[in-house]
Amino acid sequence: MAVEIAATGSGAPSESQVGAILAKHPAERSALIPILQEVQAKLGYLPEEAMCQVAEALGVPEANVYGVASFYAQFRFAPIGRKQVHVCRGTACHVGGAPKILAEVKERLGIGEGESTPDREYSLETVACIGCCALAPCAVVDGKVEAKLTPKKVRELFQGVQR
Amino acid sequence: MATISIDGTRVEATENRTVLQAALDAGIYIPHLCHHPDLKPVGMCRLCVVELEGRGIVASCEAAAQDGMKVLTDTPQVQKVRQVALELLLTNHDSNCLACAKNNDCGLQKVAAFIGVDEARFKQLRMLTPQYAIDDSNPFFRRDPNKCVLCGICVRTCAEIQGSAAIDYAFRGFATAISTLGNKPIAESKCQSCGECVVRCPTGALAPKETRKPSKEVLTTCTFCGVGCQLYLGARGGEIVSARGDRESPVNRGHLCVKGRFGYSFINSPERLKTPLIKKDGKFVAATWDEALDLITRKFAEYKGDQFAVMGSSRCTNEDNYVLMKFTRAVMGTNNVDNCARLCHAPTVTGLGASFGAGGGTNTIAEIPGADCLFIIGCNPTHAHPVVGMRIRAAVGNGAKLIVADPRRIELGDNATLSMTQKPGTDVALLMGMARVIYSEGLHNPQFIEERCDGFKEFVKAMEPFTLDFVEETTGVPREQVVEAARLYAKSDRALILWALGITEHSHGTDNVMALANLAMLTGNIGRPSCGAMPLRGQNNVQGACDLGVIPNAFHGYQKIADPAAIEKFEKAWDCKLSTSPGLGMVEQLQQTLTGKIKAYYLVGIDPAYSVSDANQVWEALRQAEFVVAQDIFLSGTAEFADVVLPATSFAEKDGTFTNLERRLQRIRKVIEPPGEAKADWWITCEIARRMGGKGFDYNDPSEILDEMGRLSSWFTGINFERLDAGGIQWPCPSTDHPGTPILHTERFATANGKGQLAPLVYRPPVDSADAEYPIILTTGRSLYHFHLAMTSKVPGLMALHPEELVWMHPKDARRLGIADGDKVKVSSEQGEVDVRAKVTKDMRPGTAYMTFHFYETPTNVLTHQKSLDPVSKTPEYKVTAIRIERV
Ligand code: SF4
Ligand code: SF4
Ligand code: SF4
Ligand code: FES
Ligand code: FES
Repeated sequence: MAVEIAATGSGAPSESQVGAILAKHPAERSALIPILQEVQAKLGYLPEEAMCQVAEALGVPEANVYGVASFYAQFRFAPIGRKQVHVCRGTACHVGGAPKILAEVKERLGIGEGESTPDREYSLETVACIGCCALAPCAVVDGKVEAKLTPKKVRELFQGVQR
Repeated sequence: MATISIDGTRVEATENRTVLQAALDAGIYIPHLCHHPDLKPVGMCRLCVVELEGRGIVASCEAAAQDGMKVLTDTPQVQKVRQVALELLLTNHDSNCLACAKNNDCGLQKVAAFIGVDEARFKQLRMLTPQYAIDDSNPFFRRDPNKCVLCGICVRTCAEIQGSAAIDYAFRGFATAISTLGNKPIAESKCQSCGECVVRCPTGALAPKETRKPSKEVLTTCTFCGVGCQLYLGARGGEIVSARGDRESPVNRGHLCVKGRFGYSFINSPERLKTPLIKKDGKFVAATWDEALDLITRKFAEYKGDQFAVMGSSRCTNEDNYVLMKFTRAVMGTNNVDNCARLCHAPTVTGLGASFGAGGGTNTIAEIPGADCLFIIGCNPTHAHPVVGMRIRAAVGNGAKLIVADPRRIELGDNATLSMTQKPGTDVALLMGMARVIYSEGLHNPQFIEERCDGFKEFVKAMEPFTLDFVEETTGVPREQVVEAARLYAKSDRALILWALGITEHSHGTDNVMALANLAMLTGNIGRPSCGAMPLRGQNNVQGACDLGVIPNAFHGYQKIADPAAIEKFEKAWDCKLSTSPGLGMVEQLQQTLTGKIKAYYLVGIDPAYSVSDANQVWEALRQAEFVVAQDIFLSGTAEFADVVLPATSFAEKDGTFTNLERRLQRIRKVIEPPGEAKADWWITCEIARRMGGKGFDYNDPSEILDEMGRLSSWFTGINFERLDAGGIQWPCPSTDHPGTPILHTERFATANGKGQLAPLVYRPPVDSADAEYPIILTTGRSLYHFHLAMTSKVPGLMALHPEELVWMHPKDARRLGIADGDKVKVSSEQGEVDVRAKVTKDMRPGTAYMTFHFYETPTNVLTHQKSLDPVSKTPEYKVTAIRIERV
């Protein structure tokens, strides 16, 4: 609701942690990226409240903080799941049908790239070549390489996942 | 002045123009997309490239026009660059032009038409299926990223003009998009729905949801606040379907806020009153005009004299109000006539009247960006006067220092050089404390004081008690901030003060206003451009309602009832006998109803049942009154108490004038016919007057009323409809060859002796203070999305943006009371109680709570009190009520 937006920093759990990071840096725009990096290192991702807090402290609009952060691949905006899914999008996998695999994974997990399931069990990322092109198309699920994937295999892999 | 040649043609470029601007000024088209005349150039789209002799290909929107420059706009190289730039855009564009809201009004169509599209290549390039989801979350406009050309005009508009910075570029490469924080729907962002980005977006990526194009447009004045923005209302098939700002107007230069741009649909509401209603056995029954007017005439005749009271409307026109006050005085024989300024800016009128001799703001809105210091106290311009808020941000952008003082953290605090949060009701202490610092540090202007002011000696003495110790203790503002504020203000050459109801709605509101006037006089900040004292008046015509004598103590132009010469003048002009007994303000009228003195009411375009403090007491008074007539466009909360309800016309259905907060009279013009049998307010009042035997109520149209106003007050003598067609005029305007008066008090003040009066003030605490039973102080204010009650509550989009009352409180208070954000709570005061949800926010100071007053279901004014009125202006202390908040 539009009228509620003016409230910032009202007691998010990360408030004091972010505050401690902010205290170490000058309140200047040039400090934005180092601050965001530290926040991510601390919290594992960049929660919205944290971005608002940084924005307010540096006098930078929050949409701009997000704009800058989203430009860099290093930042994530959702927490990492307990099991990380990396779908390969390298050339060999692409040719081998990676787009279909990715679509199926998204469908199964009900999330998009850079997101995690509400129960934080899985998070989804794409990567450029994981170095097993001979097994294309492939993905890494919870540290284990899944080779020569088909949509059917993906379905089996994530069978029983509650969406 | 630079002379350049464009494709061999000589072109004169004025100061600081770019090549693109110089070309467009000269009527030469160069394709462009990311350029907008209101915004700084960014050189993003590469469509405006030209060849400069000796420099090669450049973006013309970024190249300054320099003497002797030779520009070629259509060389093969230029064509090639633009072709590539255009094709890249078209590749990603959902080119479904015929079904697009911007069809025929689209920047991309225009450049494509000029540059030319190769059909074969276009077919190959064209994106066939839209890639992105449409953001439908805002009630008034739609975002379709599939049509976005990433020109960034919306981003820059939101940051540079509106000042919200709700959107920015995000992601990169092919994924680059315009995004809110976290790429969430726009309604969940900081967006304030002003629509400024929507009108500037060159494509259909941002488009209003109302897609009906008007069949005609009429220039008129916005009805939603005292800024008085000029806008074109568009009509189609008897309905209002669009509004757009007038770029020529010095008031708003084309800008509008969410209410002005999107709030018009109340005009078309099916709930508008369409016939007179007469209450029979407790139920309203439709009646004819003759039935209603006969009944009213008969009844009013029984209540002539001081048992009768009239409340006029700061939403109606000057002409409506003049006729109303004439009727009250000439026909009903009483001075009991007032308007809702009593509830808001009456202390401004009395305070400035005492200090400067005239109750109007001293300068103009257009001067705000030229100030080098702005002192904003007790107002929240970006919400209550949004277009003034834009000008304030423009001033800050030009390097002005901004001082903000408010018990609540307001948005402009983000732009401020210094932000102070004083305790509610302690303004005199803060302002006299600042004066004392200015004087003791020798930052005052002795020459100005000597030449133009009275009372300096007494004033110096009066400042003595306001030591920094006392001020810090009383106001809660740290002493360093008081000193810094004083220095920032006094050391500036052009310092302008802006205020609203945070200053006036107090038991010492007049003192507060005089304290501000003191500061301006002490530093000589008056009578020059971009300085002075400007009250931000709330309702669209609250200035006019007061100026037109809808106040108990004066005829229009503040010609005093107490002045026998004025009485004689008006008795002669109106051919009647006039009462000299002083009239009652509206709060006193209601109080006197309970004692049986006031028995009947004529209420025009006003909703006292929900806008006067201590609503329970007001309801009791309205119930006790023997005969009540309410005239309005909706069946308002007050109308429910009436015996007869008369259907009036909205601003879109009549002619007349409104006076904005800078004393500027501006036309409103009839755009459509009123619903059913609704009639203009002036017509209704004249009809009652005539039926009661009143003389001089035979006007054919409102222009004749304005002419009569001018004959009887030199303030308006030079103003008439014909002149107003060329633009608004600021009073005083004593003759038809007088240009009006943008700046007051340039040589002398309007007081009797021409001198400004420094006021030796003492600090008086507010009536209510926090105690064990009611430990929190409630202050009230207005929402960006609402205009009091009846009108905006009929606009679904505005209701969606701000659907219900919330009580704002600091997290500390919330924690202590075990209240979480969004909890239902009971708010109670000595006067009454109301259940609302809590909003927990650090924007409050601990111990202070805040509510608006826009909802009939949760009437905030059952809480506020009338215990003590400002002794001069009789305004209640809305801003300080001791309350308790509990979970329910
Ligand atoms: S509507 Fe106004 S506030 Fe919202 S994004 Fe557009 S310019 Fe910004
Ligand atoms: S939404 Fe409109 S104004 Fe904003 S970048 Fe896209 S095309 Fe430009
Ligand atoms: S600022 Fe006031 S006058 Fe201007 S559009 Fe908004 S409500 Fe209307
Ligand atoms: S391309 Fe997928 S593993 Fe190399
Ligand atoms: S208009 Fe010049 S680069 Fe876009």
